[in-house]
Amino acid sequence: MSRRIRVVIGKPGLDGHDRGAKVVSRALRDAGMEVIYTGIRQTPSEIVNTAIQEDADIIGLSILSGAHMKLCEKLLKLLKEKDINIPVFLGGIIPEDDIPVLKEIGIKEVFTPGTSLELINNKVKEIVLGE
Amino acid sequence: MFRDEELKKIKDERELWHEKVVKKAIERFPERKEFKTTYGDEIKRVYTPEDIEDLNYSEDLGFPGQYPFTRGVQPTMYRGRFWTMRQYAGFASAEESNERYKYLLSQGTMGLSVAFDLPTQIGYDSDDEMSEGEVGKVGVAIDSLADMEILFNEIPLDKVSVSMTINSTASVLLSMLIAVAEKQGVSPDKIRGTIQNDILKEYIARGTYVFPPKPSMKIIDDIFEYGSKNLPKFNLISISGYHIREAGANAVQEVAFTLADGIAYVESAIKAGLDPNVFGKNLSFFFNAHNNFIEEIAKFRAARKLWAKIMKERFGVTDKKAMALKFHTQTAGSTLTAQQPQNNIVRVALQALSAVMGGTQSLHTNSFDEALGLPTQKSATIALKTQQIIAYESGVTETIDPFAGSYVVERLTKDIEKKAMEYINKIDEMGGMVKAIEEGYVQKEILNSAYDAQLKIEKNESIIVGVNKFQLEGEEEPSEVLKIKKEVEERQVAKLKKLRETRDNEAVNKALEELKKAALNNENVMPYILNAVKVYATLGEITNLLRDIYGEYNESVLI
Repeated sequence: MSRRIRVVIGKPGLDGHDRGAKVVSRALRDAGMEVIYTGIRQTPSEIVNTAIQEDADIIGLSILSGAHMKLCEKLLKLLKEKDINIPVFLGGIIPEDDIPVLKEIGIKEVFTPGTSLELINNKVKEIVLGE
Repeated sequence: MFRDEELKKIKDERELWHEKVVKKAIERFPERKEFKTTYGDEIKRVYTPEDIEDLNYSEDLGFPGQYPFTRGVQPTMYRGRFWTMRQYAGFASAEESNERYKYLLSQGTMGLSVAFDLPTQIGYDSDDEMSEGEVGKVGVAIDSLADMEILFNEIPLDKVSVSMTINSTASVLLSMLIAVAEKQGVSPDKIRGTIQNDILKEYIARGTYVFPPKPSMKIIDDIFEYGSKNLPKFNLISISGYHIREAGANAVQEVAFTLADGIAYVESAIKAGLDPNVFGKNLSFFFNAHNNFIEEIAKFRAARKLWAKIMKERFGVTDKKAMALKFHTQTAGSTLTAQQPQNNIVRVALQALSAVMGGTQSLHTNSFDEALGLPTQKSATIALKTQQIIAYESGVTETIDPFAGSYVVERLTKDIEKKAMEYINKIDEMGGMVKAIEEGYVQKEILNSAYDAQLKIEKNESIIVGVNKFQLEGEEEPSEVLKIKKEVEERQVAKLKKLRETRDNEAVNKALEELKKAALNNENVMPYILNAVKVYATLGEITNLLRDIYGEYNESVLI
């Protein structure tokens, strides 16, 4: 890949705790990626549209409110409907049991609290470059 | 505090100790790392009377219950009665939350702390498109007075103090509480409790704002005016550093930005014609109890002292009660780890202990499973018992402000006060807190601290047990996690539909029309919201009406 990896970090749903989203955004940027953070309270369709407009290589979602199942399903469905193949990863307070289900519906990676920024950086690169 | 010749002797001896003893020790055993406070100051190897040379006992400390309240706001503190042990709770529907409240009360909780779901916090009804997937998730869903009646069913509002974590829609939820109390036969002047009602920190750190700052501040003034007259036992705002700290601020920033928010509220209320000697008594604060035990104790003391000075010197307050900073504390949710979750019980205990040593009036201890989901009944019980053990078994409650006079605690108390004041002065120069927030200054400062703190963990300069050191090999035993069922949303939506069909819609429309007129005429909206609530107008209907008039806030995003 000749250009820098472009990442859209989105915060779907009504939760406003965006420390994680912002810290991860900054870490990805410091690791040499281009990062577009959408801000809080975005609908899945707004995030998908931003990702399309920004020609994103990957979408990262941050959800802490417990609404991750519904929001991820919606967003992945939208991508599918538009026939767009942008990989999606998720970070937040996600119960262990939900992780395999989320991966089954198409979320590439799930990061729970305590994950190192280094690991997130590496995984993001791996997902994008491996696609 | 100490005579000059004594200090000189201590200095000479300390230098000698360093030359002859410490240097050799360091040669043999180099120190582990650089030692720093969360706000970047060097932590000294040892503190001595030299470090509190500038301390004037009467001016800097005084006695508990006396200006500047460094040693506590009540003259006898916990010897008379303990802090209010309050557990933040609320999930799913009003019925389920009511059951949890009754259980917590039976276990010795002294006050309720109501957690609302995000739609309720942002003013959407459960059937709004924006609410999809969020109903009942992080707290209880309240759409109308009908839900509130269930929430407080058989909970006597003249006996149990109720704290509500509600900000942009505080006026509506407070009105619902007043209406429920009246139905129980409890007049508004008898209800005790707190509404968070701190919108500025929502723009900074938590994000559940609705309107732009100006109308938001106007509504807060309305609540102050209405509450000062009608709700004498109620704290009308809880100015919250908690979320500022959770967003990544350090200890100094937590104090500085919280008190700067406080200044903005006081200024706004004075401008609206209110007397700070009166409404000052109904202000309360909310702080975080973070990991660094010593620094945290100093932080609480510094905040109390600084606020007393601000009220007295800046706002000319003369009533002692309006100068005293009363505060609620919550242990730091963001320090809890999903790895080895039972370690969180220990983290919470230490954090809670610092809050008690720092003189808190009310305390919420987090449950150990909160990095995984909402607390289960079991984990919430352990969290509550942690407070009871500190209160009844540890002995720390038997004398007031036990760390006073500690060289390091007094030094840090003074340093935090000074550094927080520097921030406050800077914010004043920028034109006040609302301006500083709109320009993104505060958010940026916090993000810088958050990022630095995370990098320290990555570089193993900060150790988190179980995360970057002492990890467990192999699978951990999974914890039981509270899950909110899908049916909760469906049931809540059905209940709301039924309400709309059965209530007196003519009365609702009339009340909403009157509220609209009042808002457009810049009148105090509180009495009109109360009227609308009483005829079962919904939270969404009321908020949407105000959204149309006041507009919605959009933040400028910075990373």
